[in-house]
Amino acid sequence: MSWLDRFSRTKVSGLFRKSDIPEDLWEKCTNCEQMIFHRDLTLNMRVCTHCGFHMHLPPKERFSSLFDDAEFSSMDLPKAPLDPLKFKDRKRYTDRLKEARSSEHKHTDALEVAHGKIGGQEVVVAAFDFSFLGGSMGVAVGNGLINAGKLARELKSPLVVIPSSGGARMQEGALSLMQMARTTVAVDDFKADGLPYIVIFSNPTTGGVTASFAMLGDIAIAEPGAVIGFAGQRVIEETIRQKLPDGFQRSEYLLDHGMVDMVIHRKDLREMLSRIVGILMHNNQDNIKPAGNPTVVGST
Amino acid sequence: MSSFLEFEKPIAEIEGKIHELRHLSDDNSVNILDEVSKLQSRVDRMLKQTYAKLDPWQKAQVARHSLRPHFKHYVSKLIDDFTPLSGDRHYGEDKAIIGGLGRFHGNSVMVLGHEKGADTEDRLTHNFGMPHPEGYRKAIRLFRLAEQFSIPVITLIDTSGAHPGIEAEERGQAEAIARSIETCLDLKVPIVSLVIGEGGSGGAIAIAVANSILMMEHSIYSVISPEGCASILWRSAEYAKDAAISLRLTAQDLIKMGLIDKIVSEPIGGAHRNPDKAVDDAGHFLFEALKSLQGQNGDQLRTNRREKFIAMGQIGLS
Repeated sequence: MSWLDRFSRTKVSGLFRKSDIPEDLWEKCTNCEQMIFHRDLTLNMRVCTHCGFHMHLPPKERFSSLFDDAEFSSMDLPKAPLDPLKFKDRKRYTDRLKEARSSEHKHTDALEVAHGKIGGQEVVVAAFDFSFLGGSMGVAVGNGLINAGKLARELKSPLVVIPSSGGARMQEGALSLMQMARTTVAVDDFKADGLPYIVIFSNPTTGGVTASFAMLGDIAIAEPGAVIGFAGQRVIEETIRQKLPDGFQRSEYLLDHGMVDMVIHRKDLREMLSRIVGILMHNNQDNIKPAGNPTVVGST
Repeated sequence: MSSFLEFEKPIAEIEGKIHELRHLSDDNSVNILDEVSKLQSRVDRMLKQTYAKLDPWQKAQVARHSLRPHFKHYVSKLIDDFTPLSGDRHYGEDKAIIGGLGRFHGNSVMVLGHEKGADTEDRLTHNFGMPHPEGYRKAIRLFRLAEQFSIPVITLIDTSGAHPGIEAEERGQAEAIARSIETCLDLKVPIVSLVIGEGGSGGAIAIAVANSILMMEHSIYSVISPEGCASILWRSAEYAKDAAISLRLTAQDLIKMGLIDKIVSEPIGGAHRNPDKAVDDAGHFLFEALKSLQGQNGDQLRTNRREKFIAMGQIGLS
């Protein structure tokens, strides 16, 4: 039995069908706080129609936006031990997990992995779900990334990781800290096969997630306006007791400081990915779909 | 002992009495000496009892005690011919992480670690043990240098975390930590790490991805400080004690979860009451840890270290 047979291979397609979208819902932009028609927001890939802010795109919608014809296969991720520390703050961690796993999320933790074609090239994409406990990284997310790396090696395909995370998951204590090392092994073992590892920073990417696998991409792409950094802004302000400069820790700021390769609008990500993996994988131009012409929002 | 922790108050009172008795009488009358020795044995008993059942928040305070032996103390006592090496060759020299060549039990070693500093001026010099990216990039340079000359690496961990600041972020704090972890995982020489005080989050693990990981009995190792965790999850840093308990950040809990390999017992009343003994005992276990890795070649060391970390996270606590 091939290692791959263990994954469910259900095809998901056309998540953006208009009929699924409720007509009468409004949503507030998390940046400019203007009200946006839910339908407009969804059709705009959750980019604010007023200020252009890139709001969090849930993994399934992310996959639909990146894979050719919105077709992909989701990967079943291994189960992680539940609440290893028996952690309790004002709430029990088990209750927080239960809540996070309720109705909205069919998946079991903050990471989802899928594979499919981008510009005709098979690609594995691992996307964080920020709405699941702030996209925080515990043992389950670590396992998910390890498996995503294995799948991509098996498929001999590029690996794309899209973090959106506050960092390590406090409720798993030092175990979550160790995920920084585990995920680094995962992406480095993958890179050792000579395959491209691409990171797309989305808002926000901070803490132990930035300081491990996320900063190790062969190519680092950022969505516009995303907060990307190690220390939290409040902590920095409290430490240095002065106001932070405008645009501090935003994608464009990181571009200026040499920390990412480019800042790309969400609507152009598919084309840019398709172009980059096509070149890095030496795909002959005749064999692939035309990649279109991505607009580079910012690059040096 | 000039610096007492809150929970040591009863002990401090008796030690105060001993001090008074010694100063009150010039003559060493038998009565007073007798009283002093009685009180002293009571202090010892209380210290032993108190330190045998420190709660995690008390451990955090002991781990951060200003009189606790720091990196420089360990190196001066354990390492011969210590030769500090400076700079990351990119931007600057960060004294929050010190490192260099030396001899340990006669054998060549590379030693590096966080230094918090001993007094106010020293603390400022070492930025309270909170590194900038340059510190991690220097560490990476020293790791590679050690590998180039087949020299084993010892790292001593003692930081509240990487420095949170504008310049640190601008110069790539996250990238520097990620590359340091990556380098540790790639190295083909033995790495042994010892948490001597505070193992604070990413700033600690950056140089603690080792073949063998040791912790001092009253040190802590955590994903976030108890204060930081409390202010996020309890919305107030006042709940630091509750957070410390929930985080399971003690050496005793970490060994149960299979995240560390060895706990080094501290002298009665903590390492700060007898720094020389604490450092000697630590030296013994560091030597044992290095010796136990001798049979492995470079590839095995690298592979085993990677597999050790991949295997972590399967054991929970009851």
